[in-house]
Amino acid sequence: MPASAPKFFANSIVALHGVGKIFDNAVSALDGFDLEIQRGEFVSLLGPSGCGKSTALRIVAGLTEPTVGAVVWNNTEPASRGERGIGFVFQEPTLMPWTNATGNVYLPLRLKGHDREQAAPQISAALTGVGLAEFANAYPRELSGGMKMRVSIARALVTHPRLLLMDEPFAALDEITRFKLNNDLLALWKAMGETVVFVTHSVFESVYLSSRIIVMTPRPGRIFTEIPVDVRYPRDEKFRTSPEYAALCRKVSVALSAAMAAGGGE
Amino acid sequence: MSVSRSAARARNRADQALRFILPLAALALGMLAWDLVVRLNAIPSYVLPGPVLVFATIITDWPVLWSSLLVTLTTTFEALLLALIGGVGLAVLFNRSRVFEYSFYPYAVILQVTPVIAIAPLLLIYLPQPAAVLVCAWIVAFFPVLANTTLGLNSVDRNLADLFRLYGATRTQILIHLKLPAALPFILGGLRIAGGLALIGAVVAAIAAGSAGAGSGLAYRIAESGYRLNIPRMFAALILLSIAGIAIFAALSLLSHLILRQWHESAVAPEN
Ligand SMILES: Nc1ncnc2c1ncn2[C@@H]1O[C@H](COP(=O)(O)OP(=O)(O)OP(=O)(O)O)[C@@H](O)[C@H]1O
Ligand SMILES: [Mg+2]
Repeated sequence: MPASAPKFFANSIVALHGVGKIFDNAVSALDGFDLEIQRGEFVSLLGPSGCGKSTALRIVAGLTEPTVGAVVWNNTEPASRGERGIGFVFQEPTLMPWTNATGNVYLPLRLKGHDREQAAPQISAALTGVGLAEFANAYPRELSGGMKMRVSIARALVTHPRLLLMDEPFAALDEITRFKLNNDLLALWKAMGETVVFVTHSVFESVYLSSRIIVMTPRPGRIFTEIPVDVRYPRDEKFRTSPEYAALCRKVSVALSAAMAAGGGE
Repeated sequence: MSVSRSAARARNRADQALRFILPLAALALGMLAWDLVVRLNAIPSYVLPGPVLVFATIITDWPVLWSSLLVTLTTTFEALLLALIGGVGLAVLFNRSRVFEYSFYPYAVILQVTPVIAIAPLLLIYLPQPAAVLVCAWIVAFFPVLANTTLGLNSVDRNLADLFRLYGATRTQILIHLKLPAALPFILGGLRIAGGLALIGAVVAAIAAGSAGAGSGLAYRIAESGYRLNIPRMFAALILLSIAGIAIFAALSLLSHLILRQWHESAVAPEN
């Protein structure tokens, strides 16, 4: 797509131009969806259930082809999908039941050809990072829903992805764990300088984490509005209790209500 | 709460014991009835031998019966091994290449639906008898492995498959680290069916060969004893065959349990 190449800012990674997705069963999930992801940003997709958030994320990852529109990678990015350094956390844990937590986290490294001993420190660091060091040998069926999700997060992080795509990763967790992992994720993001696209339907979570919030309309999803969150990182519990945070949450809530009222045009 | 739990466990154990005791009791009753019928009607042993005579025959004829059993079991296990290799191998090839699958799957089905007893005489013309028997046993045993493995290879979690694609996994990596492990419970299920079928195939083919060949499997002993009106030995051989069938099924079930107990719902111990 050389025609759209000049539109790129120097530091953008990938852009979706007028993307629409109609499934075989004639459900239109996305329509005229435009999104440009900048290097190093933390962008959240916020919208009601069924508005096409997961679909948008899968399209960015190249797991689903858009029906219309284009996905354009900056030509500074590797051409092959395996080398782009994408980490993906699915909405479901998506673990291999036949191997334990360690084996699941090892998978991305194994596929890259690392041997198990060489990978062991990285694996245990990733599991420790999500608070599951003690469960390294547990099989998925022995883990709770939230623990499985944390294994899935550890698996996505173990490769230190340059673009991390997360689909409601914390939805199944209790508040305390969720806050802790929010903070861990922010710390990691700062340390790695990576880019995160984060799907959520929690206004509070999106404001706490993001540098930019994309509010989507109901199905077929399109961008209703974009809200920048110009609050300096690192953010901590003080930010969570600040009036500034409350005001931003209110603003995003209002936008989300307006998006739902505006509808998806069906 | 602990009282009710231990009560439940006791009930569970009693249930398990019953599952062992009841069939044995039924067997004992059946034996008794058999014995009484033979005794009271004074039925000659060349028509219907009593259970005592049959067991005595198992013991007195043990050397010849045992060597025949070994021949039958060897054929069965060879057929089973080849069925595993052939079934899984073909399923993997079918999974890799649609052209290959469309071209050859129908013939696998045809091979399966044609009664093996009808194929055996033909094979006996072209092959030496032991090889013909092995091929017949293989024909009936490989299809369940093929069909189950095919099903297993196609029931991979879609998101997991996406994850492998995302990390740029090669086809071989996807096969080894994703598809085959996902198919393992299905393969083992197919193998359990194949075990019984391999035995049946081996016996049927050997019967079809009759006493003409130099074969010495249990089926041959049954046919031979029939010609000689040695009915007690027919019964003895038949009982050994059933026991062999049960043992094969039990062994394959155990194997499946040992391999899957860590993770698959079918083999995980119930919570208590
Ligand atoms: N494979 C599919 N085939 C058909 N329809 C699909 C498929 N995947 C998603 N859809 C439809 O597309 C729409 C958007 O789905 P998507 O999963 O992207 O929503 P979402 O925003 O992630 O919702 P949630 O917040 O509930 O996860 C839904 O109406 C869904 O029914
Ligand atoms: Mg979703």
